[in-house]
Amino acid sequence: MCKINLDYQSASPLDPRVAEFAERFLSSDFGNPSALHSRGLAAKTALEEARAKVAELINAESPESIVFTAGVTEANNLAVRGAALRSAAKGKKLLASLIEHISVLNPMKDLLKGGFDLTLVPVDSMGIIDLAALEGLLSKETVLTSVMYANSEIGTIQPIKEVSDLVHEKGQFLHVDGAAAAGKIPIDVQKDGIDLLTLSSNDLYGPQGAGALYVRPGVRIQPVLFGGGQEKGQRPGTENLYALAGFGEAARLAKLEKAEESLRLQAIRDGLIKEILKIEESYLTGHPTKRLPHHASFRFSRIEGESILLTMDAMFNIQVSTGSACSSRTLEPSHVLLAIGLRHEQAHGSMVMTLGPENNPDQIAAIIHATKKTVERLRALSPL
Amino acid sequence: MAQIGYSKKVMEHFMNPRNVGVIENPDGYGQVGNPVCGDLMEIFITVKEDKIDDIKFRTFGCGSAIAVSSMVTEMAKGKTLDEAMLITRKDVAEELGGLPPQKMHCSNLGADALHAAIKNYWVKIGKIKQEEVKEESHEGEGGESCGT
Repeated sequence: MCKINLDYQSASPLDPRVAEFAERFLSSDFGNPSALHSRGLAAKTALEEARAKVAELINAESPESIVFTAGVTEANNLAVRGAALRSAAKGKKLLASLIEHISVLNPMKDLLKGGFDLTLVPVDSMGIIDLAALEGLLSKETVLTSVMYANSEIGTIQPIKEVSDLVHEKGQFLHVDGAAAAGKIPIDVQKDGIDLLTLSSNDLYGPQGAGALYVRPGVRIQPVLFGGGQEKGQRPGTENLYALAGFGEAARLAKLEKAEESLRLQAIRDGLIKEILKIEESYLTGHPTKRLPHHASFRFSRIEGESILLTMDAMFNIQVSTGSACSSRTLEPSHVLLAIGLRHEQAHGSMVMTLGPENNPDQIAAIIHATKKTVERLRALSPL
Repeated sequence: MAQIGYSKKVMEHFMNPRNVGVIENPDGYGQVGNPVCGDLMEIFITVKEDKIDDIKFRTFGCGSAIAVSSMVTEMAKGKTLDEAMLITRKDVAEELGGLPPQKMHCSNLGADALHAAIKNYWVKIGKIKQEEVKEESHEGEGGESCGT
């Protein structure tokens, strides 16, 4: 039985063209962009090309607005701590949606120790942020508001332009975690009115260990790491040239190809959703239409998600994800599923499928068969 | 090396669970856990000459919860009730080749369900009084295991 990966969100393969492009920076063209000799200058040129490619993907004002990091967690920490601490003189209020990634929520919670105040903005049952609640909570002291572009667990896409208008009318800066959305749907930081945007290399089929924070010209952040002056002091440390060059190339390819690839994946995804929802007591989680094109997420009554994941894997060689407590380190159900109003026992039965380059329409029948059999098997075992 | 994921034996029991199902009119019945916590187990037994003659289970829960249920039924079958009462959570986990540390508590309720079924039988035959039955199911319901 062929492996079918439906968990591209947790890790994505390197695009072979990116691998071919970037490999030389590990071998023949290695170099430290800070060195002044020809090898260093060549490395610096490659780094700046990568920066320009990433800037173009999101229509940033200039390549200088891209700060490279070692990944999404770091970019989110830099956005939250960097912007909040830099602007603390203006106010100490923080807002975030209830469904932000933990790498946004945890640095915000950590700032509570420094006298900041954090309020979490609710979302509706489909995961869309409550704009009226946001408006009511915003004030000039709200130095940072963080709302993700799209959620990785339920696929819901947020009305970022409307959020941005509110934040800029009533508060200060808007941070958007775009890791799950970039490369899947168009992001235009200027049109959307984004001050800080987190990006992931691997989600674009670039190397792991690279990410970026877009910082709108005029917005000031302070570093969270201290060392040399790389990235204009905003993120010191010798640049991971291979990963960043690959990130740039992946961003270039995403810009060229993302519309077509998203349509291709959406057609497969729609086929999966239509058939899987025919299973008794199965429900879509997240928004039916304002949804990432490669993303399908469900919950099934009376069964548990880790058992779904293990059965799909061991019996059908299909890899999926779940927000069940039992599969997490903390044994808490996903905060995202609780935020959309699911009870604990409902959140336990979640299954998430995220599609990628190796998926094709010929796999649909096998995936649906596997899902039906898995649900059937576990319900036969269940006392509920 | 630290154990990564589930042991082969856990996966084997998870994929091919023994003694799944329901016994109509069982001699003893035990249920522990809580769907809110993600694990609910029930065990049915029939008793012949003070031994567990037949045993079946149904479980809502994760991979280890299902494997634990399957294993405990296999361990208990044919044993005298007193012997079966001596089976501990730790025994079940050891028979399975170990469980990941975070699963040792929340999903390892098989022995509790077995003991609950045996006590239920003892109450029925008048060996013990209902009041003497320590509510083992509380272990799966309270703040102790769920969400900690």
